[in-house]
Amino acid sequence: MEFSQGLISAAYIVAALLFIFSLAGLSKQQTAETGNWYGIVGMAIALIATIADPRVDNVWIILVTMVIGAIIGLQLAKKVEMTQMPELVAILHSFVGLAAVLVGFNSYFEMDHSVAATFTDSQQMADNIHLVEVFLGVFIGSVTFTGSIVAFGKLRGIINSAALMLPQRHKLNLVAGIIAIILLVTFVQQGGGDNTLYLMTFIALVFGWHLVASIGGADMPVVVSMLNSYSGWAAAAAGFMLDNDLLIVTGALVGSSGAILSYIMCKAMNRSFISVIAGGFGTNVVIDTETDYGDHIEINAESVADMLNGAKSVIITPGYGMAVAQAQYPVYEMTQALKAKGIDVRFAIHPVAGRLPGHMNVLLAEAKVPYDIVLSMDEINDDFAKTDVVLVIGANDTVNPAAAEDPTSPIAGMPVLEVWHAKNVIVFKRSMSTGYAGVQNPLFFKDNTQMLFGDAKDSVEQIFKAL
Amino acid sequence: MIIGIPKEALLGENRVASAPTAVVSLLKLGFEVQVQKGCGTKASFTDQEFIDAGASVTTKKNVWQSDLIFKVNPPTIEEIASMKDGAYLIGFIAPAQNEDILAALKDKKITTLAMEMVPRMTRSQSMDALSSMANIAGYRAVIEATHQFGRFLTGQITAAGKMPPAKVMIIGAGVAGLAAIGTASSLGAIVRAFDTRPEVKEQIESMGAEFLELDYEEPEDTGSGDGYAKEMSKAFIDAEMALFAEQAKDVDIIITTAMIPGKPAPKLITTAMVESMKTGSIVVDLAAAGGGNCELTEAGKVVNANGVKIIGYTDLVSRLPNQSSQLYANNLVSLAKLLCKEKDGTINIDFDDVVIRNMTVVNQNEITFPPPPIQVSAAPVKPKTEPVKAIEVKAEEPMSPVKKYGMMAAGALLFGWVASVAPADFLSHFTVFVLACVIGYNVVWNVSHSLHTPLMSVTNAISGIIIVGAILQVGNSSPLIQLLAGVAILIATINIVGGFVVTKRMLKMFRK
Repeated sequence: MEFSQGLISAAYIVAALLFIFSLAGLSKQQTAETGNWYGIVGMAIALIATIADPRVDNVWIILVTMVIGAIIGLQLAKKVEMTQMPELVAILHSFVGLAAVLVGFNSYFEMDHSVAATFTDSQQMADNIHLVEVFLGVFIGSVTFTGSIVAFGKLRGIINSAALMLPQRHKLNLVAGIIAIILLVTFVQQGGGDNTLYLMTFIALVFGWHLVASIGGADMPVVVSMLNSYSGWAAAAAGFMLDNDLLIVTGALVGSSGAILSYIMCKAMNRSFISVIAGGFGTNVVIDTETDYGDHIEINAESVADMLNGAKSVIITPGYGMAVAQAQYPVYEMTQALKAKGIDVRFAIHPVAGRLPGHMNVLLAEAKVPYDIVLSMDEINDDFAKTDVVLVIGANDTVNPAAAEDPTSPIAGMPVLEVWHAKNVIVFKRSMSTGYAGVQNPLFFKDNTQMLFGDAKDSVEQIFKAL
Repeated sequence: MIIGIPKEALLGENRVASAPTAVVSLLKLGFEVQVQKGCGTKASFTDQEFIDAGASVTTKKNVWQSDLIFKVNPPTIEEIASMKDGAYLIGFIAPAQNEDILAALKDKKITTLAMEMVPRMTRSQSMDALSSMANIAGYRAVIEATHQFGRFLTGQITAAGKMPPAKVMIIGAGVAGLAAIGTASSLGAIVRAFDTRPEVKEQIESMGAEFLELDYEEPEDTGSGDGYAKEMSKAFIDAEMALFAEQAKDVDIIITTAMIPGKPAPKLITTAMVESMKTGSIVVDLAAAGGGNCELTEAGKVVNANGVKIIGYTDLVSRLPNQSSQLYANNLVSLAKLLCKEKDGTINIDFDDVVIRNMTVVNQNEITFPPPPIQVSAAPVKPKTEPVKAIEVKAEEPMSPVKKYGMMAAGALLFGWVASVAPADFLSHFTVFVLACVIGYNVVWNVSHSLHTPLMSVTNAISGIIIVGAILQVGNSSPLIQLLAGVAILIATINIVGGFVVTKRMLKMFRK
C-alpha cells in the first residue's frame, strides 16, 4: 500500500490538527480523556501515512522494532506505580532525546559530502542551513538525553538529589556554550566534519548532565517539564533537517507547551524562568542551623482522632511524604469516615507539591478522591483561618512560614500554603529532618502545631481506627 | 506540700480559689489541701463537700501558715504578715499597681505567681484565668443588661402585637466581648460588634454578630504582639467615635469592654451619645474598674441618666460565684500541673519556662516584675511579608519599552537576514514552526493545575513523533543508518506507547 504525496500531506495536516486538539483537550478535566484519544489517533494516522510513503523502504525493520518497542512501552506503563510516575516520564524524555540524536546523525550521514565543491550559491546556503539544523538537533537531543537520565536518577534516588556544586559552575556552562558555538561555525564552514560533530555531541552530553545535576531535587518538577520542552525542540529540529512539516509542527507544539508549563510552575514557586533554563538554580542555599526555634510538641494518633472528631472543618495538605508512604488510600478512607460524621474535609494542593507538577492530584485521583474537594493553593489559602484542624501529611517546604516571614530564607517569596493560620496543625513526619530545600521549618515549632512522628500510612491508619 | 485555701476577705467577693473537684485533682498531684472554714459558702461549696473531696477544714490562722496559698484577690499586708517565711503564693496580684504588696512579699521571701501575668499562648490557655473570668463577665453583662432592660431581647409577633428585637452593640471583641455577643445573640437580640483589630472580624461573625466596619484604616498593625489591643491614633479614634455616635441613636443596649493593660480605660461613650440614646436603653461598662468606657459610669453602681441606665458593676464575675470559682480553681489546677511535673507534691519554679517566668513576680527575696517581654501573637509578622510582595510585583513588570522594542527590532532584523539568504523552502518550514509555537502557547496557557502531569505525559508521547524521522531514514542503503534508525524507532515507540497508556491510566482515575 503506497500513498501519494498529496494524501500523505493531507494525513499530516490531520495528524497535526489532532495533536493540537489533544493538547487543548488535556487542559480541561472534562475533555481530558477525549484529548488523549485525539493524540493516539493523530499518532496512528501519522505513522500509517509515513510508513505508506513510497520513499520508505525496509518496512519489516520498522514493524519489528515497533512491535518490540510497543511491548516494552506497554509493560512499563502498566507496571509503573503512580508514585513512580515522575521517573517514568523522565526516562521517556531521555528516549526522545536519544532518538533525536540518532536521527540527526543519520541525517548527517545521508548527506552526500563529495558534491559540495560543485554547489551553486543557493545550494550552498541550503547545505549550510541543513548543517546548522543537524548541529542544533543533535545538541538539543543530547542535552535532553543526559539531562533526563540524571533527572530519572535523582527521582529514583540512584543519584544524590542534592545540587551538584562544582566550583565556577556557571562559567563551566558558559564555556561549554561558547565552545559549542565555535564548533557550530567551524562545522558549517568546513561543510560538515565528523570529528567536530562527535566533539560537540560529547560536550552536549556532559553539558546536559551537569545542567540537571546542579539542580536540587526540590526543583525536579520544573526540570522534568523543561526537559519535556527540550524534547519537543529536538523533534522540531529533526523536522527541519528532514523537511518534514509534521515533525516541525508537533515539535514546536510540545516545545512551546512544555516551556509554558515550566513557566507556570516557576511562577508558582517564585523562581526565575531564565535561571531554570540556564540551570543551576535552587543553589546558593545558606542553611541556618544556628537559630533556636524552640521546642516542638508531639501528639499521638488517638489524640489526633479526638481532635478530628471535635472539628467542624479539616484541610489535608499532602506532600511528597504521602507519595513515599503510599498513604493516599488510607487518607481517603479517613476522609470518607470524617465526611460521614458531617465534617467538612478538603484537600489543599500546592502547585509544586511532590516531584512532578500535579503529582498529588494524580495520587489522590488514584485513590478515587473526588476532585471537587481537591483545591489549589489560591482557592483555599484564605480558608485556613476558618479551619479547625489541618493535617500536613509529608509536606514540608510547601507549608513553610519562613517563605512568607523570613526574607533571608532560601525559599523567601515562594507562595506557600498558610496552614499555620488554622486553629490546630498536625504535621505527619518521619523525623525532624528538613525538607528537600534543606531549610528548617518554623511551622513545627509554632504553638498550634503538633507533630505526629512515624510512617504516614501507619499514622493515618491508626487515626482511622481510633475515629 | 500543703496548699491552703483561705476565705477571700475583700468586701463583696463571693469567689473562692478552689472547688471540691479541683481539690481531688490537687491531691492526685501529691499535695495536701486545707481550706478555711466557710471559705466556699458564698460560692455554694459547703465545708462538707471539701471534706468529702479529701481536704481538711481548719482555722484562718492555720490556713495562712500553709506552704502554698491559693488566692483570688491580692493579699492584704496583714495577710502577708500571717504567712510563713519562704512560702509560695498564687493569685491575682496586680503587680503593676501593688508595689507595696510586692515589697512585703519580698521581705518574707514569698515566691509569688500572678495569675494576670499568664502569657497569651496556646500552651498556657488552660491557666488563663483572665480569659475564664472575662468569659463569665461577658455573660453576666448581658444578663445584667437584660435585667435592667424593660423589654424582651428577641423579636416576637404575638396576638398582643409585634415586638421588635433589641439591638445590642458590643465594643471590644476580647473574650468578654465574644461571650457577650454569644449570650446576647442566643437571647435573640440583633448584635453588632466593633473592635480595633480587623483580624477579629471572623471571630465576631462566627459568634453570630455583625462586624461594624470603619472606613478609616490604621496605617500600622493594631495588634500589640501580646494578644491584646493597643491604643489607637487620633484619626482612628475620631472615626471610631463617629461610628459609636451613629450607632448609639439606633441600639438599645451598649456593652463596652475596652481596656488597655496598665492604662486607664479609653472614654468611648460620651455624655452626648448617652443623651442621644432611646429612653430605657442600657449601657453596661465592663471597664468600670479601670475608670469606665462611658463618661457617666460610676464604678460599682447603676446610674440613671435621663432614663438611660449605665451599669458600672465591677463584681460581675463574683455575681456568678459558683461558676467562676470552679473555673478559677481549674486554672489553678492546670498551673499546679505545670509547676509539679513530677506529681510528687512539690513545686519547681523553672525560669526557663516562659510561662512560669512571666508569671513569677517575686522569686524568694527578689522582685522579678516586670518580666522580659515575650511575643506570642501571630499578627505582627504581617508587615514583613510586604517587602517580599513588592519584589514579586517588580518581577512581573513588563520590560522597559526601549528594551522591548529594541529586542523586537533585533529579532526582525535577524529574521530579515535569514529570509533574504535562505531558500524559500526553509522559510515555509519556518512559518509553520512559528505558527505552531504560538498555537502551543495558547492551547496550554489555561491548563488546569491538576492536569499538569497528564498533559506532560501526553506531550511526551506526542514528542515521540520523532519516529517519523527515523522511519524516513530506515530505507537508506547504509547498514549503519539502518541500525541507528532502527534503534531510534524502537525507543521512540516505547515512548509513544508508554506515554499514551500512562496518560490513559492517569485520566481514568480522575472522576467527578
